[in-house]
Amino acid sequence: MRQARNGGYGGVPRWIYVLAAAGGLFVVLPLAAMVAKVNWAQFIPLITSEASLQALGLSLRTSAASTVLCIVLGVPLALVLARGSFPGQRFLRSLVLLPLVLPPVVGGIALLYTFGRQGLLGRTLEVAGLQIAFSTTAVILAQTFVALPFLVVSLEGALRTAGNRYEAVAATLGAGPTTVLRRVTLPLVLPGLASGAVLSFARSLGEFGATLTFAGSLQGVTRTLPLEIYLQRETDADAAVALSLVLVAVAVAVVALAYRSPRAAERAPALSGERTTPAPGQGGAVR
Amino acid sequence: MSTLKHGTPVIITAALMLGLAACAPATTSTATQPAASHSPDAAGQVSGTIMVFAAASLKATFTQLASDFEAKNPGTKIVLSFAGSSDLVTQITQGAPADVVASADTKNMTKLAEAKLLDGTAKNFATNVLEIAVPPSNPASIASFADLAKPGVKVVVCASQVPCGAAADTVEKAAGVTLSPVSEESSVTDVLGKVTSGEADAGLVYVTDVKGAGGKVKGIPFDESGKAVNTYPIATVGSSRNKELAAAFIAMVTGADGQKTLRAAGFGAP
Repeated sequence: MRQARNGGYGGVPRWIYVLAAAGGLFVVLPLAAMVAKVNWAQFIPLITSEASLQALGLSLRTSAASTVLCIVLGVPLALVLARGSFPGQRFLRSLVLLPLVLPPVVGGIALLYTFGRQGLLGRTLEVAGLQIAFSTTAVILAQTFVALPFLVVSLEGALRTAGNRYEAVAATLGAGPTTVLRRVTLPLVLPGLASGAVLSFARSLGEFGATLTFAGSLQGVTRTLPLEIYLQRETDADAAVALSLVLVAVAVAVVALAYRSPRAAERAPALSGERTTPAPGQGGAVR
Repeated sequence: MSTLKHGTPVIITAALMLGLAACAPATTSTATQPAASHSPDAAGQVSGTIMVFAAASLKATFTQLASDFEAKNPGTKIVLSFAGSSDLVTQITQGAPADVVASADTKNMTKLAEAKLLDGTAKNFATNVLEIAVPPSNPASIASFADLAKPGVKVVVCASQVPCGAAADTVEKAAGVTLSPVSEESSVTDVLGKVTSGEADAGLVYVTDVKGAGGKVKGIPFDESGKAVNTYPIATVGSSRNKELAAAFIAMVTGADGQKTLRAAGFGAP
């Protein structure tokens, strides 16, 4: 956004700006149209109704939980994909990224046949006394499924950009692999991890299709804010619009957070002297 | 999701419509008589294309009716678009090019009538009642409406905001049974999906949904269902450019042939 630095001699033709403006409008106009539809007189009562607050609370709680789950599962995945070397690595990477392009409803069906009562693991889980269908756990699983690639992609990119020279130095000084990971690797990619986590949170917050298919919809248990908006739309357009605005506000805050982090990530290695060389063709793949 | 799911076909069919309408002979614009004055016999002379917006629960039946109609009236084309009744109202209010609208409840049709978007008055053509749907093995041994309230039974219903949920509330009150569903879905097809996948022990859906699902679910009728009868009205949209064909299609739906097909799918008489 601060590319104006080299704007004077800019290599960008002017007509590109016209098209870019159209592109910007295409995103902003619908949001503005929605804001124009907000019934401000009723706004506060609409977003503070019991159903709305429960949906918002549930959304925030489940998104936080799935972000934690994304970190727990995603950090090792990203490390293995960026640093490891084993047959089928590229294949694994494509598989991990799959939920990124898969329609969420397909993810929901897949989860249903895995964790559902009749599913692959469902019967075993049921014997163990765990019932996932129609529970908040199902919501968290659905959100983690769709959000995990965001964390893995962000972190893997950060790891490749950071390179492994510091790690090599640490190892020659006698640090064990776990110490290197804890003291060198993770601190180096912390900004990348943070932006990945924020993106995962945002994706979890917006999850709809997989949740609807897999978890159901019950107030306070599985009805997250997107599901509540979808339901309110049936009878009360004002409530749906007001709640949508809340979700837009949260999304704007999250994106603002996520966009601060990559810049910090760029600055971090630069501060410590020379910039490490990214692997060919890998640098900045995330952004 | 619904808008995503139905939006694209609507746009595509709308584009098709515009293309076809441009080629259609201009004679169709002379028809301005109200739908009611048409007899089914008049259907012989109609031509052109119309777009029929129908409630999701009419999908199987209207697909059948439309192809029957086209077979009987060469030169006509019925383009169908299915969505939840409230979505249909939103789409038509926002200017979707519908010629005929068939809703799953009178409430949504009244909204269109009040907005003066209909040509003439709507005609009721079918009714539908709720039924309990259970997986074929009936794991929770459901035999009556009261069984749904047994502890441990996973019941899925529609949310009160949608017509099938409002009907479920009514029968619940009539039966004096309080259900504690594990999920309140926003469409009847989602309820059915939870039962066919075996996630739920039972769901409250329409009789026609049970019939349409074939052997994938078992239907259990219950007396209280008669307390909440959904009536399906059909009408010509005011902005239709082929009201003659629209009227002919409505006449077919409300006539003997249409009623036979509807009855076979489990719909009741209006």
